[in-house]
Amino acid sequence: MIEFESLEKGQVIGSHTVQVNRADLVRYAGASGDFNPIHWNERFAKEVELPSVIAHGMFTMGSVIDLVSQWVGNPGAIIDYQTRFTKPVVVEDPEGSNPSEHEGTTISVEGKVGALDAEARTARIDLAVSADGAKVLLKCQAVVQL
Amino acid sequence: MGINPDLVGRIYPAGESYLVGREKIREFAAATKAANRAHYDVQAARELGYSDVVAPPTFAIIIAQRADAQLISDPASGIDFSRVVHADQRFTHHRPIVAGDELLAELYVDQIREMGAGAMITTRAEITTAAGEKIATTVSSLLVRAED
Repeated sequence: MIEFESLEKGQVIGSHTVQVNRADLVRYAGASGDFNPIHWNERFAKEVELPSVIAHGMFTMGSVIDLVSQWVGNPGAIIDYQTRFTKPVVVEDPEGSNPSEHEGTTISVEGKVGALDAEARTARIDLAVSADGAKVLLKCQAVVQL
Repeated sequence: MGINPDLVGRIYPAGESYLVGREKIREFAAATKAANRAHYDVQAARELGYSDVVAPPTFAIIIAQRADAQLISDPASGIDFSRVVHADQRFTHHRPIVAGDELLAELYVDQIREMGAGAMITTRAEITTAAGEKIATTVSSLLVRAED
């Protein structure tokens, strides 16, 4: 278990990468019930003026929080989690590749202690999340009850 | 047709309850590439004090988006789903969701802001058990892009 007293503002809790390919988006669509075709049909995505198929914002938000769950040990300790979706994560489907095996797009996440509340014994973990060298989530913050 | 500004303040009552299944939690955890054992292993969840596997922190989106669907599919809303982009999302957990929970979601339309020719609509789902215990509050902002 993480001891509240051991934490300092600015401390890095860890970093992680998540790979996402087209098959991952189909799987997330099925698991979440979000079947918006911009997340699995390239023709449709382009017709609505997107660069290509894009990941569900909720896939990105959902996949990067495991860093915090693993750090704190108890995912139920995450009492608040928010973000702003700033830039779509484009997931390409290169010719000749198997969409289930292609490495896909890399999402990188690093977590830092952003704020500590000694009275409530909570830590705010700020997540820096990027893909293809650009920030894709802004104000991505999880509050953990310790 | 643009988004209907009269929607602000509207409340969509909870529809059918959502029964949280153990396999659904496992499926959602795998789909979000979560590694924490408490999402998969009943024993690991019990060691943390839960009665069954624990939902990942964004699992409530399933229930919130079902509630949002009532609004999006309401012909009076004027929302074209294919032009909706997710702008903001927040989850506040009053207690973690575990397998076996039977949940209801009441949907509130909190805000509509015009953004150029499009609009930003903010909805809030209040998720409770059938007995009225508060489980989670989710707030979503959707940007409805204008037709060019």
